[in-house]
Amino acid sequence: MVDLRPVRPDAEPAAPPPDHRHAKRRSRLARLDMKLSPYLFISPFYVVFLIFGAFPLVFTLWVSLYNWGLASGTREFVGLENFRFLVSDADFWHSVVNTFGIFFLSTVPQLLIALLIANTLSRRMRAATMFRIGMVVPLVTSTAAVAIVFTQLFDRDFGMINWLLDLVGVNPIDWQVSRGWSWVALATMVNWRWTGYNALIYLAAMQAIPKDLYEAAAIDGASRIKQFWRITVPMLQPTIIFTVIISTIGGMQLFVEPVLFGTGTPNRMDGGAVHQFQTVTMYMFDNAFIHDRYGYGATIAWAVFVLIIIFSLLNFLAIRRAGGAK
Amino acid sequence: MTTISLPAWGRRNGKRPQYRLRGLWDASPLTYVTLIFALVLSIAPIYWMIVVATRTNEVVGDVPPPVTPGGNLGSNIGRLFDNPDAYFAKGLVNSAVVASSVTISTVFFASLAGFAFAKLRFRGKNALLLTIIATMMIPTQMGIIPLYMTMVKLGWQSHMQAVIVPFLVTGFGVFMMRQYAAQAVPDELIEAARVDGCSTFRIYWSVVLPALRPAAGVLGLFTFMQTWNDFMWPLAVLNPENPTVQLSINNLANAYFKDYTLMFAGTTVAVLPLLVVFIVFGRQIIGGIMEGALKA
Repeated sequence: MVDLRPVRPDAEPAAPPPDHRHAKRRSRLARLDMKLSPYLFISPFYVVFLIFGAFPLVFTLWVSLYNWGLASGTREFVGLENFRFLVSDADFWHSVVNTFGIFFLSTVPQLLIALLIANTLSRRMRAATMFRIGMVVPLVTSTAAVAIVFTQLFDRDFGMINWLLDLVGVNPIDWQVSRGWSWVALATMVNWRWTGYNALIYLAAMQAIPKDLYEAAAIDGASRIKQFWRITVPMLQPTIIFTVIISTIGGMQLFVEPVLFGTGTPNRMDGGAVHQFQTVTMYMFDNAFIHDRYGYGATIAWAVFVLIIIFSLLNFLAIRRAGGAK
Repeated sequence: MTTISLPAWGRRNGKRPQYRLRGLWDASPLTYVTLIFALVLSIAPIYWMIVVATRTNEVVGDVPPPVTPGGNLGSNIGRLFDNPDAYFAKGLVNSAVVASSVTISTVFFASLAGFAFAKLRFRGKNALLLTIIATMMIPTQMGIIPLYMTMVKLGWQSHMQAVIVPFLVTGFGVFMMRQYAAQAVPDELIEAARVDGCSTFRIYWSVVLPALRPAAGVLGLFTFMQTWNDFMWPLAVLNPENPTVQLSINNLANAYFKDYTLMFAGTTVAVLPLLVVFIVFGRQIIGGIMEGALKA
């Protein structure tokens, strides 16, 4: 390739005639700059990712083949023993059930309510920006702070939620002790934080739906509710898939809320006295960082990773099927 | 997963849709009732946090509960910073350092790489971009155990670089900046700068970066918020005596879980920087979410 770019005159020394060798070196440098700069520019990401992202992920598999303790200094190759143990580990499956339970209680109502709020927000109204900003206030709070506040709200004796329930004649609920109610409490925290975020994502997608569709439906006499289910929801299908997958990845890794919800118990990674709200991530953390079983912790990490992939795929297929059936 | 792209940046500035049927999209009273109800639910827990933080422990369990702020915020915050187990001042400083350095570095490296992917020609570009998209789907928490082992090997555990260096740039940031750069920076501008003899980095610095400012701002905001909030990794790798602010409030929740006013003063101060950011940049945050800029 011939370099046709003119050399900037003011960059050259003024007095002597143009130095041919100098110009040549400049153009060679420029070509080198063109060739190498792109790789130089993208390299920081790859360096960081390879060292702190890819390597740990692969190394997790390696660690999972060992009986590995950092404090005790144990490092003993056990092959697939950890995986064999995992399959029959009742505590692990218990935590899987907890994670899925909380996940369903959070994702399903959350996305349904988000859809309805988005539909409401898409009307022409006063103070639209204020309402939108209000919806994401929960998102800009810290997860740990919110978990602490909600744990107090769900307190059996002094919590406001039991007080409100009492006003309508419901007996106080021991939110931390009951397995089902603790799931509800944790799902409430997740829902509170993420509903507005999902509503805004849906709103953005709704605004891209051509308005003529609704006008045609209205002329044909379709009610608003019918329009919502027959036009809005099918048109939002890709967005719904996106939010479900994001929620799946987040839900399978739920950690902060249940850890702080267990405040006051001896080991908060247990998720309650009988592990009633211990999630898989807590179980992994407990094994590795509390009980010095890094090998087994790594095994759990891989299992969760596989669970996330399978479950995301299932969700994806289910929603696409549901959409196609309409 | 490609829906994560940024399809119509600046759609807000586009033309208003034409309404042929008057009244079809107007809000009804029910709309306002629903939204005001949702708004109250959104804000109530934060309001309650502030109410408790300004009260004394005696009145928190009162029936009916207090609903207005009291006058004890100062003394509660005083107790917070005097608390021997929270290391609260240290936590605040650490969090500020960590969140700002991660934010600046992420915006810089992500926009640099995003520019390269969007506007420069090089061998293997598409394949490399694909690997970046693939990395976005890896749940980061899953690598935490070997990451911790790496930190032990490097001798970084309980030092702040352990929560900074692994997050200096993210695949998500690169991809987001690439999407924005592809449409926000005209090729002619880059060509013109080349003709003028600018080096590639000079083009980035003087031509591309200014054009990327809106997207860089959104990325910066979200990176700051996420880093400020990070909990699990700091909990694993830092020790309670040298915490981030989230670990400080965790220390409080651990040891003083019946001292609500102290805990809530802590959470209020921990949330405050985020609320300030939000009040100043609320509109940009809304725009960012609506254009798919935030990954959960």
